[in-house]
Amino acid sequence: MSTGVVQSAEYRNNQKRKDFFITTFIGIFAFVWIFPILWTVWTSLRPYNDIISYGIFSWPRHLNFNNYVNAIREMHIGIYLTNSLIVTIPSVILTLFFGSLIAFVVTRYQFKFNLWLLLLFTAGNMLPIVLTYIPVFWMFLWVGDLLGNRNLLYNNYGGLILVHVGFQVGFATFVLSSYMKTIPKEISESATIDGANVFRHYWNVILPLLRPALAALSVLMTTWIYNEFFWALVLMSDDSKRPITSALRRLQGQYVTDFNLLAAGAIIAASPTVIMFFVLRKQFIAGLTLGSTKG
Amino acid sequence: MKTAVTIPKNRNRRSLSKTDRFTLSAFVGIPSLLQIILLWVPAVVTIILSFTYWDGIRLKDIHWAGIQNYKNIFFNNPIFYQALKNNAIWLAFFLLIATPLGVLLAYQIDRGIKGHAFYESIYYLPVVLSLAVIGIIWNFMFQPGGFVQGVMGRDIGHAISIWGNSKINTWVILGVASWRHIGYIMLLYLSGLKSVDPALKEAAAIDGATDWEIFRKIILPTMQPVNIIILVITLIESLRAFDLVYIIYGSPTVFPLLNLLVFQNFAGQGISMKGAAYAVILLLLCIIPIITYLRIVFKEDLK
Repeated sequence: MSTGVVQSAEYRNNQKRKDFFITTFIGIFAFVWIFPILWTVWTSLRPYNDIISYGIFSWPRHLNFNNYVNAIREMHIGIYLTNSLIVTIPSVILTLFFGSLIAFVVTRYQFKFNLWLLLLFTAGNMLPIVLTYIPVFWMFLWVGDLLGNRNLLYNNYGGLILVHVGFQVGFATFVLSSYMKTIPKEISESATIDGANVFRHYWNVILPLLRPALAALSVLMTTWIYNEFFWALVLMSDDSKRPITSALRRLQGQYVTDFNLLAAGAIIAASPTVIMFFVLRKQFIAGLTLGSTKG
Repeated sequence: MKTAVTIPKNRNRRSLSKTDRFTLSAFVGIPSLLQIILLWVPAVVTIILSFTYWDGIRLKDIHWAGIQNYKNIFFNNPIFYQALKNNAIWLAFFLLIATPLGVLLAYQIDRGIKGHAFYESIYYLPVVLSLAVIGIIWNFMFQPGGFVQGVMGRDIGHAISIWGNSKINTWVILGVASWRHIGYIMLLYLSGLKSVDPALKEAAAIDGATDWEIFRKIILPTMQPVNIIILVITLIESLRAFDLVYIIYGSPTVFPLLNLLVFQNFAGQGISMKGAAYAVILLLLCIIPIITYLRIVFKEDLK
């Protein structure tokens, strides 16, 4: 509240006292906020037997990374993490690519169907996803049978990638088109006068200008797609093909008696997005600001 | 799409070559096709299926059911009303407590209180986590051997059930859901607040307005569009809520929610297509907030 204006001393004192209370309050709650995460980390560093024999708040007799080593060895966390990468990276790239194509057409050309196109994508982004589970599931099986390979889309990375792209592209389109509206029309006009065809206009002129928005969106998209786990539960029948967030669900049931190991697994699963958040915090927030909503 | 591409405004028509038209058709066509096939067609199919009996195996086994699935839901299904009630509680809690807290938090952080950047990160952290992870993290709080059990002096052998206790589990679940929601709302609001002219606040402060007055009389009115968007998000999130509860219980019996019933009836008892009917009911409830949202977002384009 540094307004740099002379105010009465009483007012300022009052304000100071209030600010102190507010800050303390927010500080205490920040601790409450982060505590469950810290507790999980703490749990992951202790062996299960310690808690069994000495109690929940016992002084730790052993603190080490054994649970992490075991999580990787026994839970095959490495395989699941790889699956997550195989699914997430192409999904993000395709989503941004498709989103930028639609945004490009909608903002650079005055077609009559532009608004409908934008509505098709933005409204699609808001549909309750459960509305699509059964038909998509059967469509994937049906297309596979038709082409002679049942596992073409169902139980395959490709199918999962398609689904992620289909469901995220609406948001990407919306964000990128509102960003593209701020790019002056003159740039496009001069490109057209210079004889650039549509593809070059998109690839060489517009795409480089989109870089900040694409960077922000890719961070956000990576987080969302990496964290999503319902589609993988529905579409991946082989556990060994599931991304880590879906696999955690099964591991939770299997390792119910050794939850320190599970804690290590959960921390490993959470770390990519958490690290990304702290390293690329600016991009992350910019992504949300650009779109300002996501259902 | 093709016919549409040929009717752009004059200037475009003259300058578009054949190759350009082809490129534009592909630019529009491929993503649209994907969107239509994966989203819109399934949505329509689900609406149609909600009027049928089908075990989901062979197409020829589909039987027309009329509104029987809906009748069943409305008249023979107490769990539906429990779910509605839970969704309503969820909505009320988010509207009256979680969302306002997120907004106030954003306001305080925007004022630049000590350590605001740090707090911003902390409060936002839960939003970055997958719900699969969140379920596990909160289990370490409440399950036997968890922190809360420890605080109550119950070791693993003498633990009490918290998730299963119908007297408190509603509040525990809403608390965990808010843990995520508050940070999300905070960040959305914060991005809006950055655009409020600081001179307005200063002028009010000079006139001796209190914090609360500044917030109520200056911030809230200036933020009108953002307020509505946040309201809509809160509405839609509360109607669609289910993943957290699914992660904790795995079934809708303890804490039924609409979306959870859809999911269960898809995965479990396929014969009646009741799941599809639930999905349609959910869609109908969401439609007004969705349209409100689209109208705000496309205000300029619609003119």
